[in-house]
Amino acid sequence: MNFEVIAGVSLESLINAQMIAYALAAIGLNVHFGYTGLLNFGQSAFLGVAAYGLAMTVATFGLPFWLGLIVGLLSAVVLALLLGVPTLRLRADYLAIVTIAAAEIVRLLFRYFSEYTGGSDGLQAFSDDFYAMNPYGSALEIGNLISFSARELWIMTVGWVLIAISVTIVLFAMRSPWGRVIKAIREDEDAVRSLGKNVVSYKMQALVLGGVLGSLGGYVIALGNAAVQPDTFGTEFTFYAYAIVILGGAARVFGPVAGSMIFWFLLAFVNATLPEAIRAGYIPTWLMTETQAGAVQYILVGLGLMLLLIFRPQGLFGDKKEVMLDGR
Amino acid sequence: MAADTNVPPGVAKAREALKDVPHEPGAKKKDPILVADKVVRRFGGLTAVQVDHIEIQRGAITALIGPNGAGKTTFFNLLTGFDKPNEGNWTFNNDPLAGVPPYKVARKGMVRTFQLTKALSRLSVIDNMRLGATGQKGESFWQGLIPALWKSQEEEITKRADELLVRFKLDAKRGDFAGSLSGGQRKLLEMARALMVQPDMVMLDEPMAGVNPALTQSLLGHVKSLREDGMTVLFVEHDMDMVRDISDWVIVMGQGQVIAEGTPDTVMADPRVIDAYLGAHHDGTAHDSAEVAAEVEGGKSDE
Repeated sequence: MNFEVIAGVSLESLINAQMIAYALAAIGLNVHFGYTGLLNFGQSAFLGVAAYGLAMTVATFGLPFWLGLIVGLLSAVVLALLLGVPTLRLRADYLAIVTIAAAEIVRLLFRYFSEYTGGSDGLQAFSDDFYAMNPYGSALEIGNLISFSARELWIMTVGWVLIAISVTIVLFAMRSPWGRVIKAIREDEDAVRSLGKNVVSYKMQALVLGGVLGSLGGYVIALGNAAVQPDTFGTEFTFYAYAIVILGGAARVFGPVAGSMIFWFLLAFVNATLPEAIRAGYIPTWLMTETQAGAVQYILVGLGLMLLLIFRPQGLFGDKKEVMLDGR
Repeated sequence: MAADTNVPPGVAKAREALKDVPHEPGAKKKDPILVADKVVRRFGGLTAVQVDHIEIQRGAITALIGPNGAGKTTFFNLLTGFDKPNEGNWTFNNDPLAGVPPYKVARKGMVRTFQLTKALSRLSVIDNMRLGATGQKGESFWQGLIPALWKSQEEEITKRADELLVRFKLDAKRGDFAGSLSGGQRKLLEMARALMVQPDMVMLDEPMAGVNPALTQSLLGHVKSLREDGMTVLFVEHDMDMVRDISDWVIVMGQGQVIAEGTPDTVMADPRVIDAYLGAHHDGTAHDSAEVAAEVEGGKSDE
């Protein structure tokens, strides 16, 4: 077995662009679900509109890169308002239904307006300005283990800065009286209303904040791949983000970052190990072939998440006492 | 009653204010803090609340009693904005309140508690308290990000919260999650939290429900102290003993309407009230209401 490859691939996925994108999505989702108790099942749509906002501004309309970034962020805000206005006055489960539908609508719109969005092929050629700013001249090689190209290094640097900014915002916001109202809404909206707080307004603010933080992940995906495709932003994206939030521990500031690192480390590790083990004969082919290994990795990760929820429902960083407190 | 020598000033004031008020539904009060007119709430074909006129005396403890299904809690929800009436108007401190959302009702100084206690479980006791304070600068998102803008206000709030926790004997639980408190302690916390809003009027929905007898006395004491602090209290309650002990005035609801009003003693002797509680009209048995009144009275006064 080639242990260098296994270790290298696994270690890279601890810090690479994919992990960063999911971490940002999960940081936003943590604001929604972990802190405010909003069941947003359409987080992928926030990343999608930001990624497409950037890509379409530059590739379709030929406008500057910086304008694209602004358009992307504004799209995320508008999406939050569109989702929130009709649903935030209703019970929590309505938001879940509306968001999951909205995310699918957004994805299908990207396919439908192919004149502007490139249809299912998506858009390319919008990231030149971004890579023109790349200060890294050469690739990074650590032994035979890890190698990142100069482009990867640049997107990772920007991505980690975005993570640092997002985590800092969440940290400060949740320690403030604003965050106290937000967490109280998660516990019981009516109690918060009875104390003179405009609950709908706070929920909207949280929806916008989490959406905007998540949309940063959309930029990382778009720029990291130098391309956008509609199917990147499917429902399974949101489900991975939920898995990451729960893995790290809901309502923990660093939970989503650590959760994303562990999630992708495990996936990469299993993904690299299984084919190697089959080739080396450690796993007999009647049990699993190399082509089947790709599906098995998700089965194993799913199993791991189930075990986590059973034996450590608070996630890695959560407080068990807190989770075990029955709601009311 | 008037012979009591050491009556606390709040009680004396309330009694004085209610002395000449006639004992009839919709009676005018000297200085009403809350006035409601023709408040109607229907659920489909059922008229849950139909209150023609009601006035709540400022600075007094008023009990809202009635059998199950009389519409007490629904009326409470309407007054505090948690439910919307089909018709009706009401004013609080001469401010019209109909159609005002619950959070604005609270800001105007009318704060409620809930029948099923709403402690915010995964917040600490002290954070539950701090949440109650109104006008916090740090509760705006952008200002919240800069601690320097709200730190001093937060300290004032915390000081006030700690004083209330001491008064309600919850100071030992300060850092615990509210979800770890007992049922009675949650009731205390909810009442203390409501006081953080610095209300003029406190609306308590069954404050004694599910509280063990040892804590009941302490809760009663706290309700009485609200009156001494100049607050008006309106509370829903089932237990007649409790009502007799602490209320200055009693309003009785039956089938959505106000059927009687008066001081605790007169109301409890009122045949209409006894009918409403015992259901004379429904079971078809004819009672001599004076006889029943005597029985009810006798049974209660043993304690």
